[in-house]
Amino acid sequence: MIELDNLSIRSGPFALDHVNLSIPEGAYAVLMGGTGQGKTTILEAICGLRKVTGGRVLLCGEDATRHKPADRGVGYVPQDLGLFPMMSVRGHLEFALRVRRSPPALIRQRVDDLARLLGIEKLLERHVQNLSGGEAQRVALGRALSFRPRILLLDEPLGALDEITRDRLCELLRTIQRQSRLTTLHITHSRSEARLVAERLIVLSAGRLAERPLADLDVLPAAAGEELRSPPVERRTHVSRSTSG
Amino acid sequence: MSDSPAADLPASPALAAHRAGSDVPFFVVMGGLGGSYLLLIVALLAADIAFTSPAHFVAALSKPEIQYAVRLTLISCTISALLSIWVATPLGYLLSRFSFRGRWLIDTILDIPVVLPPLVIGLSLLILFHLPIGGTNLEQFLNEHVRFGERRLTVTFSQPAVVLAQFAVACAFAVQTMRVTFDQIDTRPEQVALTLGCRRSQAFLNIALPQAWRGIVAATTIAWARSLGEFGPILVFAGATRMRTEVLSTTVFLELSVGQLEAAVAVSLLMIVAAMGVLGIVRLVGARVSQ
Repeated sequence: MIELDNLSIRSGPFALDHVNLSIPEGAYAVLMGGTGQGKTTILEAICGLRKVTGGRVLLCGEDATRHKPADRGVGYVPQDLGLFPMMSVRGHLEFALRVRRSPPALIRQRVDDLARLLGIEKLLERHVQNLSGGEAQRVALGRALSFRPRILLLDEPLGALDEITRDRLCELLRTIQRQSRLTTLHITHSRSEARLVAERLIVLSAGRLAERPLADLDVLPAAAGEELRSPPVERRTHVSRSTSG
Repeated sequence: MSDSPAADLPASPALAAHRAGSDVPFFVVMGGLGGSYLLLIVALLAADIAFTSPAHFVAALSKPEIQYAVRLTLISCTISALLSIWVATPLGYLLSRFSFRGRWLIDTILDIPVVLPPLVIGLSLLILFHLPIGGTNLEQFLNEHVRFGERRLTVTFSQPAVVLAQFAVACAFAVQTMRVTFDQIDTRPEQVALTLGCRRSQAFLNIALPQAWRGIVAATTIAWARSLGEFGPILVFAGATRMRTEVLSTTVFLELSVGQLEAAVAVSLLMIVAAMGVLGIVRLVGARVSQ
């Protein structure tokens, strides 16, 4: 479960004030909103990489606001993936388990299981700089899942992929999420991607998070750079006026 | 009214066919300006080589005091370069990754050895070690409290002063290099490592440091080369005592001061060969590692 209770974040001129959010345990939520609204900032605050100036972050019912990122049990896939440039695919999948000093046999078993699940068995010894976009996404996902997190945060993880690869990965994400009962928050600008994975739709607009019915995906404008708060009918009227004059 | 803004542009007559012309003047001007400095360096080297002869070279190298200076130079430069990188790596990382109140002051202090005349660094070191504090001074304190077997530690006008004088200047350049190195390394993988269970130290050692190896090699080379060329602070803080604190840069000065111009030029060439050798080896090693 992810809960944001009156969360405030300030960073230079950028500010988010009194943001509230609640995602029940095991739910797959998609977060949409215009560019520069603060979606990534919210994700970073949840996993502890962004200092909050007020309010609370509750993870699985526990106040984690002051917890270090390492102690939050959150798997994180950033937009640029943040792969470790000097490491092999195996190194990525082993990393979190090695940090936790897990027994070698358990590490081997977990890496094999993850590689099979993600379809990257043949890539294990390959260096990450020699991976395609889709392969790199799978490695980043495998790394985030390797230590069995309770929560998974995905920041536009499929943005740079072609449609077929994206659809396959969406299917994979849903399978993994259902199997592991992971509470997942997934940022995307793509309505079709959201349709494939979302159980819940959350929209960030003008500094406010609001849950919308999934049916709104059909009427929401393309998320990037557009104002999502205005009802679609009014928006169409507005566009019509501006172009007619 | 049309929807397309481009349609609002007034109609213009067809543009005449355009030819960009030759790029030769560009390369002549740029190459001429840049090449003039290259030419100056080559001319300096050629003049030194023309002035000296193999006999001068052999004569200079056969002197025991110059052989001692070569040994002390290689040892002191290596120690000061290693000390510099040991300090510059954590300092460069902290300055690159964290912003805090008063950082401008730290930045300014760290730039002092870069902008200050090296002679002043030597003078300041001399004063630091001999400034009376509570009835003693740093030199005396170290002499009384630090021992290596039977030997007491003496800094001023002895070999440790050579290393310290070199380190005081060279480290500032190593810090700058390491800071730029870490600035260029993406912070995202380190952030991800923190979410995967790492402490800051683990993220630094496992993720940032392996990516910084090129910068570490560059900073070590710069510190070594800077130490090789250091003269002023060594002269003031360590002196130029033959067979004791004489390094190659002070040898050039000592040979000049007794009118031995040929020996001074021969030693200068030796320094050039040493510097080029180290730079060449480092680049070769760097190229092999990156392959």
